[in-house]
Amino acid sequence: MAMNPEPDVPAPHDENRRNFLKQSSLLTALALVPAPVVSAAEAKLDERVAESIEKVPLSLKVNGKKYKLSVEPRTTLLDLLRENLNLTGTKKGCDYGQCGACTVHVDGQRVNSCLSFAVMHDGQEITTIEGLADGDKLHPMQEAFVKHDGFQCGYCTPGQIMSAVACVREGHAGSEAEIREYMSGNICRCGAYTNIVAAIQDVKSGGQKV
Amino acid sequence: MNAPEKKIGKPMNRVDGRQKVTGAAKYSAEYELPNMAYAVLVGSTIAKGRLTGLDTKAAERAPGVLAVITHLNAPKAPGIKPAGKDPSQPQTVGSALQVLVDDNIRFNDQPIAVVVADTLERARFAARLVQARYAAEKHLTNLEAAKPNAFLPTQAKKNPKSPTADYQRGQVDAYKTGALKLEAEYVIPTEVHHPMELQSITAHWEAPDRLTLYDKTQGTMATRRDFARQWGLPEANVKVIATFVGGAFGNALHSWPHESAAIIAAKVVNRPVKLMLTREQMFTMVGYRPHTWQKIGMSATADGKITAITHESIGQTSTYEEFTESTLGQTKMMYQSPNLTTRYRLAALDIGSPIWMRGPGEATGAFALESAMDEMAHLLNLDPLEFRMRNYTEQDPEKDRPWSSKFLKECYQAGAQRIGWNKRQLKPGALRDGEWLVGYGMGVGTFGAHRGSSKASAQLLPNGTVLLQSAVTDIGPGTGTAMTQIAADTLGLAPEKIRFEWGNSDFAQAPTQGGSAIVNTVGPAVQEACLALKDKLRELAAASNGAFATAKKEDITFTDNHLTLAGNPAARAAYADLVKQAGGTAVTVESKPSGEGQKYSMYSFSVHFAEVRVHELTGEVRVSKLVSCADAGTIVNEKTAGNQMKGGAVGGIGMALMEHAIIDDRFGRYVTKDLADYHVPVHADAPAVEVYFVNQPDPHVNALGTKGIGEIATIGVAPAIANAVFNATGKRVRELPITPDKLV
Repeated sequence: MAMNPEPDVPAPHDENRRNFLKQSSLLTALALVPAPVVSAAEAKLDERVAESIEKVPLSLKVNGKKYKLSVEPRTTLLDLLRENLNLTGTKKGCDYGQCGACTVHVDGQRVNSCLSFAVMHDGQEITTIEGLADGDKLHPMQEAFVKHDGFQCGYCTPGQIMSAVACVREGHAGSEAEIREYMSGNICRCGAYTNIVAAIQDVKSGGQKV
Repeated sequence: MNAPEKKIGKPMNRVDGRQKVTGAAKYSAEYELPNMAYAVLVGSTIAKGRLTGLDTKAAERAPGVLAVITHLNAPKAPGIKPAGKDPSQPQTVGSALQVLVDDNIRFNDQPIAVVVADTLERARFAARLVQARYAAEKHLTNLEAAKPNAFLPTQAKKNPKSPTADYQRGQVDAYKTGALKLEAEYVIPTEVHHPMELQSITAHWEAPDRLTLYDKTQGTMATRRDFARQWGLPEANVKVIATFVGGAFGNALHSWPHESAAIIAAKVVNRPVKLMLTREQMFTMVGYRPHTWQKIGMSATADGKITAITHESIGQTSTYEEFTESTLGQTKMMYQSPNLTTRYRLAALDIGSPIWMRGPGEATGAFALESAMDEMAHLLNLDPLEFRMRNYTEQDPEKDRPWSSKFLKECYQAGAQRIGWNKRQLKPGALRDGEWLVGYGMGVGTFGAHRGSSKASAQLLPNGTVLLQSAVTDIGPGTGTAMTQIAADTLGLAPEKIRFEWGNSDFAQAPTQGGSAIVNTVGPAVQEACLALKDKLRELAAASNGAFATAKKEDITFTDNHLTLAGNPAARAAYADLVKQAGGTAVTVESKPSGEGQKYSMYSFSVHFAEVRVHELTGEVRVSKLVSCADAGTIVNEKTAGNQMKGGAVGGIGMALMEHAIIDDRFGRYVTKDLADYHVPVHADAPAVEVYFVNQPDPHVNALGTKGIGEIATIGVAPAIANAVFNATGKRVRELPITPDKLV
């Protein structure tokens, strides 16, 4: 990760230091005022302390849109997308990189966003399922998934589609067997594999630009 | 004007396809509400005993924490009953286990606290700081050890006609005196549903007495009923929204501890609360297919006629709920056997309750029955397909009445031809392809063609669109699409002009999605609502145009902006005028099953054919070909129905070859905690599945002729694969999954 050159770069997250601040001098100073005031002040202080020592500035481009954010280093790219940017098309299925539901493109490469901290992507370009279509015009892979019914419940679908697009771009969609191998990181519990493979083959053989 | 092309039977694309491929479909943890808080559960680390102390101070002090809720400080919902008071009254669609109400621990990872914070990260961090002390008691999590204490379910004790009661026709255990007999034990391990969407809920108290839940549930009305009862609220004050459900396969048929916990948490912090389980928690608190031991005794004559079957089963349940399923149902009616005995028992373990998992008990039972059929055919030196034909039932031998329809023979023929059954050798181990041993196997499945009662509402909108609403959920089969097709044909309207809305408990009453019953049940309600709407529109139009008063329903024609009559273009009633009339156009109808279920035995049937390759050195099994054939009545949508069959077959591959949730009995805790330990089929594990539908309407289940697909898609797949492995290797594996260690 590129180091932030700005002078007000926050110190690394330090739970001990933070608890020390909270519990020692500052709280002692407030100990003589009534309890509700203390708790209100504490809460506010808490946020300020957190803001200055726990969060890290982050610049990202998501689906072509620039974001300047301040995030906790422990926030995953997946949780940032879903909980902070309300881009819920990227799905959480395991949090361990085992199911592929959270697949997004980072600078064009497919990545499990649950296994990746948001702060690792400073300055990078993220594409999620919401950014795949060209306005109202679906991406050929999205069209093919609809046509071949490459899903049932739809929950793994964004990850399957992001992975499928990358699979074709990587040149790993040469045969049915190769597609199955290179799509095996994306689990579909409904078992729509037959139709997903058909959709990918259709796009691949159609020769459209993906 | 030409009659519009029929939509039923057509492979129409899904009505919600676009939402699913663009990420626009919102699942239960994806609704953006102001001031959202996040809840994370803390689970017990013992399997049985009592909580003696809880230290929540560190968690409470952690940044961003809004509340740490335990049984010591949780508000008590007025309708909650202590858990386990009467396990014989399982609330299979309710929450049998209430959490945060007392200090009892009934399974490992039972929620003992819920931590609420302003962000997910902070809630997750603080949850780790909660410390608990326990007085542990000796737990029992091993089925083998619990078997000696297996018991008859209370429902069977009370009612000898209960499906779980002992069943008898002819002589008891007559197989023991048969000339040619087989006796074998079969085991399936605990399997976990693991839909890709983690179980999640967003709970929002919109007022102190009004609760809205965005919940992963298969039944919006069942969930509403359950939580209204828990909180002592009128049902109308609770709204459950489940527009998109990211798979369930049965595990959202029940209310679970995390839902209660989220509702309590939202009450305490007075903010909307979102709670999503972890994959690890998906093993421990939202059900599973129970570990089940079975024994089959079978006898036959030398010419291949079954003379007796005894089928016994002991399935796992919890200590606080008697979970039962129809493990022995298929054995009672599938083959002609004059003597038949079944015994169903339960064994209670200190593990959370099971819940029906796709093809539920029938899939478990079919593994034993269909394996035994293959074993007996082998003993007889008969082709297993021929053996099944010799014992085919032309009417239901259990209830002694005709089938409403049965085209299983057609399925046998179609499947055998498609898999290339003629290549199968009677002698195991006779076919090979290089280092791979090749084998063929078959397995049969059946499931009741159930139909319940349901309502549906319909109304005309000013733009000429017909809006239909039902509380039913669509967990993936394509319910919304099928209902749109049914409405299109009934109204004579293009599907684009129909909007079917589902997944909201405020909509017209509909049953929980499950048991392959939704098209059978909601389909007729949609059909009847559309007919009622036509009637209503005719009446409204008649007020200004007499031609409509005497018009026949089938002549009513929808155009772009007005209603007209076939053969009478002068009869016109503008939509804009119709919708303005007093009372509006809305109709709600209720559709109920006819009494024909008493005269006929109604079942869907399937047969699955597998070709497997087993590596002779490593024991690796690859399913190289799978053909699934179904007699499921009318197929409303070939594309979505075919997909459902393929998916069920893939689930069967998991059951046969890999799925196995393992508990370390020393701690009573699962050691399989994620999808790296608990394997489900991935792309590379599944061949392209070929599907064949007989597609003959059933004349008795409903006016559509449907019988249901969801369960028969899985039932019989696992034994088809196990039988193919035997045919390839000569090794009979009677305990699933068939992992390489069992073959080398």
